[in-house]
Amino acid sequence: MAPLLEVQDLTTRFYTLDGIVHAVNGISYTVEEGDTLGIVGESGCGKSVSVLSVMGLIPEPPGKIAAGQVLYKGQDLLQLDQKQMERIRGKEIAMVFQDPMTSLNPVLTIGHQIGESLIVHLGMGQKEARRQSVELLDMVGIPQAADRYSDYPHQFSGGMRQRAMIAMALACSPNIFIADEPTTALDVTIQAQIIDLVKTLRDQLGMAVIWITHDLGIIAGLAEKVLVMYAGFFIERGSVDDIYGDPRHPYTLALLKSVPRVDRTSKERLAVISGLPPDLLGLPPGCPFAPRCTYMVEQCRKENPCLEPIGFGHEIACWVDVTTGRER
Amino acid sequence: MTRYIIRRLLQTIPLLLIISVILFVLANKMGDPLASFGGRRRIRSDDRERLTRKLGLDKPILVQYAIWLVGNDWMRVDIDGDGIPDEYGTRKGVLRGDFGKSFMEKRPVLEIIRERVSNTLILMLTCEVVILIFSLLIGIYSALRQYSTLDYVFTAFSFIGYSMPIFWLALILMYIFAVNFKQWGLPYFPTIGMYDLAVGRTVGQIAWHMVLPVATISIMSVAGYSRYVRSQMLEVISQDYIRTAYAKGLPERMVIMGHALKNAALPLVTIVGMDLPLLLSGAVVTESIFAWPGMGRLFWSAAQDTDIPVLMGILVIISALVVIFQIITDITYTFLDPRIRYN
Repeated sequence: MAPLLEVQDLTTRFYTLDGIVHAVNGISYTVEEGDTLGIVGESGCGKSVSVLSVMGLIPEPPGKIAAGQVLYKGQDLLQLDQKQMERIRGKEIAMVFQDPMTSLNPVLTIGHQIGESLIVHLGMGQKEARRQSVELLDMVGIPQAADRYSDYPHQFSGGMRQRAMIAMALACSPNIFIADEPTTALDVTIQAQIIDLVKTLRDQLGMAVIWITHDLGIIAGLAEKVLVMYAGFFIERGSVDDIYGDPRHPYTLALLKSVPRVDRTSKERLAVISGLPPDLLGLPPGCPFAPRCTYMVEQCRKENPCLEPIGFGHEIACWVDVTTGRER
Repeated sequence: MTRYIIRRLLQTIPLLLIISVILFVLANKMGDPLASFGGRRRIRSDDRERLTRKLGLDKPILVQYAIWLVGNDWMRVDIDGDGIPDEYGTRKGVLRGDFGKSFMEKRPVLEIIRERVSNTLILMLTCEVVILIFSLLIGIYSALRQYSTLDYVFTAFSFIGYSMPIFWLALILMYIFAVNFKQWGLPYFPTIGMYDLAVGRTVGQIAWHMVLPVATISIMSVAGYSRYVRSQMLEVISQDYIRTAYAKGLPERMVIMGHALKNAALPLVTIVGMDLPLLLSGAVVTESIFAWPGMGRLFWSAAQDTDIPVLMGILVIISALVVIFQIITDITYTFLDPRIRYN
């Protein structure tokens, strides 16, 4: 059986006045029903663009999906026209964004904004949509949902707004739920609540989740499969245990070292990755991580490695075996 | 909310008093009302003295203002102009709804204004509707299809339209659609008045006569408004909540009409709120060129004749409307933007 979502060789570029920005460079992944996939990477590494491309939400121009396929249940979403895509967005694949403060329309009530997708996708009437919206608000843990239905976004706190965003995304019980750093703008206690909420709802509704974050700690407790992204490329892919227990790419290794941990002594200094991520306007010919990599060999400057399996379901894109420090 | 409205209304009283003092002084220093009293002939100097006394123009300016404001039925006035006060005056003053009599026409100012105001309203409300419809359509289109050919065309035309002097535009429209069309044997538009005297004041006649003046005023305003709508719309459609709306799978029409327009229209309310009271004052230039018997032309002729009571009547009514419409604008905001609340 074909996987629920199969992204093949997705390439997204932005044609700006300064030149072509290579935001996403031929990434491939699959999502099975009920899967939870984590995509990790620094800011500006193309995480958001990769999922916005899947949703067909890249502003064109300047953006353009230059190559690739996005197969949802075997159908290529990139070939669909606007009308057909509208039926997928929000109904089959739903998305929650990073900043709940700006992602809700300030002049429309929360209830109205949730009810809209019910009316558009499920053909509900006003009354039915209202009843269902209140139920959704209740499900995501908004107290006195019936009263809060007619509140405006500015009357909600940040955490509540993100809950409302989740209610909005879940309105039509989508098969895939994409969360684009939904907890970044929230404080830590609220973050934990939102993650728990998504976990509970995922298990309850049986949907697949794609969770994007730069926070490795969040992914550990949430995802089964993890993709590490750098400069628009996937550089390591594996199960949570692979990535956290046996990271094989120098970048993943460096990332994990830079996470503060409670079980280490406070005297130890936190490791940093020296240098800056490459400018996506002009990528060097070799491995994009080479200039910052401590394991770099001659080959790294010449050719960009592809993802290659090194174990069951564990793939890395690197010329070097970090366990020995020698070329593979 | 009621308290807020009452407070705002009370604040307008001192404001309007100050405005009226300034206007009164300016109107009186603008020229000599008696200069044109004799038509082409010069007035004899003893006649001039008598008229000055009769009209009360010999009194100090602040006394004149007081009479204009509260009337003169509490004091004896010089009826025959011989310098000796005769009997109590009849003027009630603006505060009691008496704007005085026109120097030229010797009729109550309010009566004169009332005759003209409906003509102006017919013209200007039509204009406002045309302006709003076209500027919204053009502005929204240009924003959604930014840098398309049609967007560039609209941009070019709005700069041309905006920078054209209105009298020139009026004359060009007259030249093309009246003069040339008549020569070419096409149906041509009338250039003056509200209706054909032979046919009478019918709806069809007024509509037909209105085409060119409405076109003149609208082209100018649409040029400015549509740019404004375009930039507002551009700003709104790049907001996160518009992306959210698209992510929900709403059709573009719903996103634009339901989500974007309401946000983009907020600043527009301010502009329309400031423009609406000015509509009542009419378009001075356009009404004069097309001989439209409205407030604008009345203002123009009153200014030429230094007909102070008429001038003051028009100016004070406009000032009051501007102030009141600002309050209405602020109240409208509370309905459009839930984040704004007054107490």
